[in-house]
Amino acid sequence: MIWNKDIECMGRDAMRALQSERLIKLVQQVYANVAFYRRRMDEMGVKPSDIQSIDDIVKLPFTYKTDLRDNYPFNLFAVPMKDIVRVHASSGTTGKPTTVGYTKNDIENWREVLARCLTMAGISNEDVMQISYGYGLFTGGLGVHYGAENVGCAVIPISGGNTRRQLQLMSDFGSTVLACTPSYALHLADALAEYGYSLADMKLKIGVFGAEPWTENMRLELEKKWGIKAYDIYGLSEIMGPGVANDCEAHTGLHVHEDHFYPEIVHPDSKLPLADGTEGELVFTTLTKEGIPLLRYNTRDLSTLTRDTCECGRTLVRMKKITGRSDDMLIIRGVNLFPSQIEHVLLEMGETSAHYMLYVDNVNNLDTLELQVEMDETKLTDTIRELQDLSKKISHALNSAIGLSVKVTLVEPKTIARSEGKAVRVVDRRKK
Amino acid sequence: MTIRQLSVFLENKTGHLNQILSVLAKNNINIIALTVADSSDYGILRAIVSDPEKALEALRSEQFTVRVHDILSLEMDAAPGSMSHILDLFTAADICIEYVYAFSFGSKSILIIRTDNCDKAVEVIKANGLKSIREAELR
Repeated sequence: MIWNKDIECMGRDAMRALQSERLIKLVQQVYANVAFYRRRMDEMGVKPSDIQSIDDIVKLPFTYKTDLRDNYPFNLFAVPMKDIVRVHASSGTTGKPTTVGYTKNDIENWREVLARCLTMAGISNEDVMQISYGYGLFTGGLGVHYGAENVGCAVIPISGGNTRRQLQLMSDFGSTVLACTPSYALHLADALAEYGYSLADMKLKIGVFGAEPWTENMRLELEKKWGIKAYDIYGLSEIMGPGVANDCEAHTGLHVHEDHFYPEIVHPDSKLPLADGTEGELVFTTLTKEGIPLLRYNTRDLSTLTRDTCECGRTLVRMKKITGRSDDMLIIRGVNLFPSQIEHVLLEMGETSAHYMLYVDNVNNLDTLELQVEMDETKLTDTIRELQDLSKKISHALNSAIGLSVKVTLVEPKTIARSEGKAVRVVDRRKK
Repeated sequence: MTIRQLSVFLENKTGHLNQILSVLAKNNINIIALTVADSSDYGILRAIVSDPEKALEALRSEQFTVRVHDILSLEMDAAPGSMSHILDLFTAADICIEYVYAFSFGSKSILIIRTDNCDKAVEVIKANGLKSIREAELR
């Protein structure tokens, strides 16, 4: 089944014409309404009239995550707040989150692209969909929710966490689709026996997993463990949230909804456009977004693009499954984390040295964080309790800043290896 | 009323305690009393030594995390019930004990005590005429 055959199977020329028309309008709109882009374009000597077709996109400035932070909270919004109907946010690197806003049309487009994604995964109004992505400021839960309702699924908005309840409702309600992070899906699968369930109690047949990078091997493992078909849904809050791209039953890359999100691949250093099939940084321009339209947003995700027609019949450009990034961002249980966020919290507290090492592990398929931080001699006390209070205090501060629980271990000064040049702050021991 | 105690941060690593002891040995510092408080990740070595200043300097130069704290020290009668008697007085004054250890030095029985309220503990010691120990008496 294809949700929107006109768009998803559109010929290349027609798609380019649609993209060109939308890009021209977008550039006029951001130039008129977003001071940041007007300044950038003026600096580069680019006028809206220089943009005549989608090929001219290379003349436009890039946007980076720091630009969203610098314009916190709403300075990149292109419409007045009366036209905004929803705000989402993700954790930020210096205490400030990255904020995005949606108009009614944005929400409608989000519902549309998600309906395409879910249909691509074989989901229909016959399905009972358990949404175990977090609901709230995170785009995962609500994003998939609206799309699933659009398709006509019976939606169970259970949100994340509480393994026992997840399995109980999955069994009692007969969920046929599970939407969550791949690591959580694996965790739930491994917890089945522990809570007295077996696959025979479940009606699950499809999984829509995303919000963190995962390999093809992990996809196959999930399919085997659950006896389901597993699909990769890609997205990021800056561009829309989940639903920017999704893979079909061919699993030969994720179809990008390029009528809304125009993808490019650029060289990580030179930022020059790269040809299809060459790996580089994935960049998106939001062709239809009204709330916070972004020009050439650099995701720092590494991928390649393919433009031939897929065996499923769709002509939408495909991006290779994301397996890495060009920066040091970690994705922990679907939450984005930069090591600099840890450093910021430690420096702000000033109770320890800023020398730390973050260990990322995977225990029972859930990501865990351990922070080893060097003691400050002047803070050494003669009671264990006070040292434990210090660890707890750091742990709480990290939890409120990054939204993840971190085990804090104090270590002796000068025991964490100092590296020459670029500091190594993270040891990721999760299996790839 | 107080004597100086070394506190050394100890990671849970094989041979770590002995590294500290060998630094003290090398510098000819005698250990008069020693106790280790432990948690799952680390411990604190507490020691009364013959020359706290020299010990601090030596351990610091070997990169150990070390500090010197003043700590209450009392002499007890070498008789049943004497430690219990002292603790009764603290309890009556609503003073909480953080940690305590005891040792013998010559014919003396010595109690090292850390409370949650040092000022109040000093009052109790004075009011009840408890006998304290000075560092000079431990040489």
